[in-house]
Amino acid sequence: MELLVASAIGVLTGGGIYLMLRLRTFPVILGISLLTYAVNVFLFASGRLSIGGPPILRDGVEFYADPLPQALVLTAIVISFGMTAVVVMIALGAYLGADDDSVDDPAEPSTGEVK
Amino acid sequence: MSLFLIVALPFLGALLPGLMNSAGRQACAGLTFTVSLAAFIGLLTNLPAVLAGDVVTARVDWIPSLGMNFTLMLDGLGFFFAFLILGIGLLIIAYARSYLARDDNMGEFFTYLLLFQGAMVGIVLSDNILLLLVFWELTSLSSFLLIGYWKHLPEGRQGARMALTVTGMGGLSMIGGMLILGQIAGSYDLSVILQNRDLIQADPLYVPALLLILLGCFTKSAQFPFHFWLPHAMAAPTPVSAYLHSATMVKAGIFLMARMWPVLSGTPEWFVIVTTAGLLTMVIGAVIALFKHDLKALLAFSTVSHLGLITMLLGTGTTFGAMAAVFHILNHATFKAALFMSAGIVDHEAHTRDIRRLGGLRHLMPITFVIATIAALSMAGIPFLNGFLSKEMMLEEATHTTLFGAWWLVPALATFGSLFSAAYCFRLIGHTFLGPVRDDYPTKPHDPGAGMWLPPAILVVLVVVIGVAPFLVQDFVFLVAKSVIGGVGELEVKYIKIWHGLVPALFMSIAAVVGGLLLMTVFNPALRMWDAAPRPEAKTIFEALIAAVVALAERVIHGLHNGAFSRYGAIMAVTVIGAGYYAWATGSVAAATREMQPITPMAAAGWLMLVAATLGMVFLHRNRLLSLILIGITGLMVSVGFVFFSAPDLAMTQITVEVVTIILLLLALNFLPNRTPLESTVMRRTRDAAIAVAGGLAAMGMAWHFLVREAVTSPISQFHLANSYKGGGGTNVVNVILVDFRGFDTYGEIIVLGIAALLIYALTETLLSGPVRARLLNRTPDQPRAGDMHPTMMVVLTRVMMPVVLMVGFYIFLRGHNEPGGGFIAGLVVSIAVVMQYMASGFGWTSARLRYPYHGIIGAGVLIAGLTGIGSWFVSKPFLTSDFTYVRIPPFQEFELATAALFDLGVFLAVVGAVMLSLESFSRLARRAHVKDPEHPMDIDPSRDDPQPVAVKEGV
Repeated sequence: MELLVASAIGVLTGGGIYLMLRLRTFPVILGISLLTYAVNVFLFASGRLSIGGPPILRDGVEFYADPLPQALVLTAIVISFGMTAVVVMIALGAYLGADDDSVDDPAEPSTGEVK
Repeated sequence: MSLFLIVALPFLGALLPGLMNSAGRQACAGLTFTVSLAAFIGLLTNLPAVLAGDVVTARVDWIPSLGMNFTLMLDGLGFFFAFLILGIGLLIIAYARSYLARDDNMGEFFTYLLLFQGAMVGIVLSDNILLLLVFWELTSLSSFLLIGYWKHLPEGRQGARMALTVTGMGGLSMIGGMLILGQIAGSYDLSVILQNRDLIQADPLYVPALLLILLGCFTKSAQFPFHFWLPHAMAAPTPVSAYLHSATMVKAGIFLMARMWPVLSGTPEWFVIVTTAGLLTMVIGAVIALFKHDLKALLAFSTVSHLGLITMLLGTGTTFGAMAAVFHILNHATFKAALFMSAGIVDHEAHTRDIRRLGGLRHLMPITFVIATIAALSMAGIPFLNGFLSKEMMLEEATHTTLFGAWWLVPALATFGSLFSAAYCFRLIGHTFLGPVRDDYPTKPHDPGAGMWLPPAILVVLVVVIGVAPFLVQDFVFLVAKSVIGGVGELEVKYIKIWHGLVPALFMSIAAVVGGLLLMTVFNPALRMWDAAPRPEAKTIFEALIAAVVALAERVIHGLHNGAFSRYGAIMAVTVIGAGYYAWATGSVAAATREMQPITPMAAAGWLMLVAATLGMVFLHRNRLLSLILIGITGLMVSVGFVFFSAPDLAMTQITVEVVTIILLLLALNFLPNRTPLESTVMRRTRDAAIAVAGGLAAMGMAWHFLVREAVTSPISQFHLANSYKGGGGTNVVNVILVDFRGFDTYGEIIVLGIAALLIYALTETLLSGPVRARLLNRTPDQPRAGDMHPTMMVVLTRVMMPVVLMVGFYIFLRGHNEPGGGFIAGLVVSIAVVMQYMASGFGWTSARLRYPYHGIIGAGVLIAGLTGIGSWFVSKPFLTSDFTYVRIPPFQEFELATAALFDLGVFLAVVGAVMLSLESFSRLARRAHVKDPEHPMDIDPSRDDPQPVAVKEGV
């Protein structure tokens, strides 16, 4: 089971990095979203994996999953929505303003003037 | 007066002149003078204690963990410098009032001046070297403002920048030196450091510390080879030059050498470096000064020369040298400030400072002539003036100093420097004031009003008084000298005398003065030789150096930071992977301690879907709608994974966030092109794929690594599990952590979320008020529109669902403390319900029914959460301490009332507001001119007689 989770994190990270390196805003945003999943799952997994032990206290139950990474990841998920929304807005503003959704500045020769 | 007040007064006063510009020049100057005077009198109230040999201290702990405390001390040395800074400051303020022209911004000038004054007083009174560094940097910054005060002059700007670069660089190196010193001594308090001479000098880090500190002192005090900034700083208004270069800024380096004298001096390293630098500076400064035609440039190089003299005296490491240095600091401050002010008067009246265009001024400006002549003769070392006394001491000390094994070297160079020094003084008097009256001055000069000549006149009186009756200041000089020396040695001299008998110093003095006079007779041939001789121009070298550094920085920056986001992404990914690999390769790996759990078919199926969806995205990402569907699958599988691995709260959050994110991306995709063109080369895609695979493997490796090992130390989660019910009153530990244990984090997070939403709103407003608006309004969609924009079925369904969803949200919110749920999830669920109304019934219809603006909801959420936290102050508990109790209202079950629920309500409201404000902002962009927002929820309503909307035909 550990192998599945670790490889899922790897696939999400790899896919996220690849898409993040694309040249248009939309795939970059999707790439960042994939990286967000990867990071969230990674943080969650730092509490180790446990099945059938949600951290809801019950009488007579001794085994619980680690609640702290869960609490941290919960807010991270919500914040990542805010972050995605801001990035999407910036991308949209740039596209509507310049009619171009490239993430790279057009190449221009360096002027060398710093005055 | 408290030392704190003496330091604080100039800073507090600095606020006023800038604000008082409209009150008039007199008011500005008067106020500045009053502030300085108050600080000066405050200083004088401490005089009896200082004279009694006490050290006045004041202490407030600032950052004790760093050893940085606001400790001030006033001993003889500190008092001496503070006296010079504030005393000469008063004269300068009076002088500047008359000097500055009508169109100079006087408030600004005095604000800078007071800032500078405060910083200088701070340096000389600091007892903590870190505090001293803070003030040290402040003098660099405020002197930058003063030197560049005439912003319209390119020389002013360049000079200010050069001064800041050089002294700032020195300041940086001094920070290093001071930190080493503090580490060696185990304290950053000067009073402790000064007691540890043997410990510090025996330490192997003594030499690096010494070099770094001296670099700071030499740059500040314009010692060779850092002397070049000082003449360029002369582009400042003359009051600034007079202040900075007689008594304050350049003396800061000297002060520090004197302050550190007991611990740093006396070693061969100190002796060789400091004496050599001082000697060289003295000679070079004097020689260059002679051939400068600008009065202020001449004085600038003479200042460099005299600073060298003082440095050399401190460098010898003898108590006599230290005493002579103190005495010369006093004398130099008096005659040099007077000379600068006289030069300013000449400039002000004749409109030129070029010696070649002056001459004969003694007839036209008799008062200025007398003042300048006495001051210059004192500088030349003529008896019965104070400069003579300290110069004799210097020559006396030189005869006892042997550098590099040659007994004649120091005396010869000292005499040589004095000779040139005398010569430039004679040139200053002769070529400016003597000779025939000319008729080609830019304007006909005459003596200025008393406001300008009185301040230098007061200083010249001091020059004569000290020169004739040295016993008046003798005790004070000895007192200061003793506080410089500390416990290192005893001062052997008992008196400052004018006549010492026929000692070598006397003959050297005579040789210098006579030689100076002789040199003046051959000045013109000497000048021709000087002009013909090739010599390096410091400014050119400096500028070339700066240009080289800028070019280097440019190359590095343009290589890394060329505006291509994809390149930054690649650099960052490779760096992170590289750093991780380095840590992996150099660290040690423990054995696996956890058993792997068996893979169930269901888990494998979920994994397969996630991997397939993600890989599908990578390969099919050019079709944007398809990739959006695929990322939905990925998100769903992540949520399912959370459920599977015992994290129900996370799963609920993830799935609701997934819904709003997809809606958000759909809204964005409405505007963006729906396909991504193929642009990058195969080469580039291969490179990106390689980085991606490396990154993926690294992440997988790291996750795998710790998943099969137990935590190194026991996690604090045990505390949370144990105290969740007992202390927080809830059985859902995740929720209790969010609203109770780590409530402050959550509070910060809802604020961040609110800020993000407001940012989106602001960006939308900007877009809609700019040129983009017209384009948006006239946009023709690139996709066919749906025929029925608001289908009846959907409208009806969402209306029916609305109360149900709200009920569910309410339920999730309430049970959050004990079962999976809580404010975050309830907020997202309710948001989805509202978004569904927008989608089904249209923007116009829904907005018309909106009671409260979303900004207000965010604000209310943050306020409620904050006030809940503040509430605990009223029962004397820290911010956000929670409390709970159980109540029972008869027909219902017993239920819990917790302040945490109130906090969670704040979270709930903030989440609803933030999510809705973001989505609403996106929707506003989509409203178009030619499609009217329907007022009715449904496009087709049998009970209405509407004409058919245009949109219906457009699409199909």
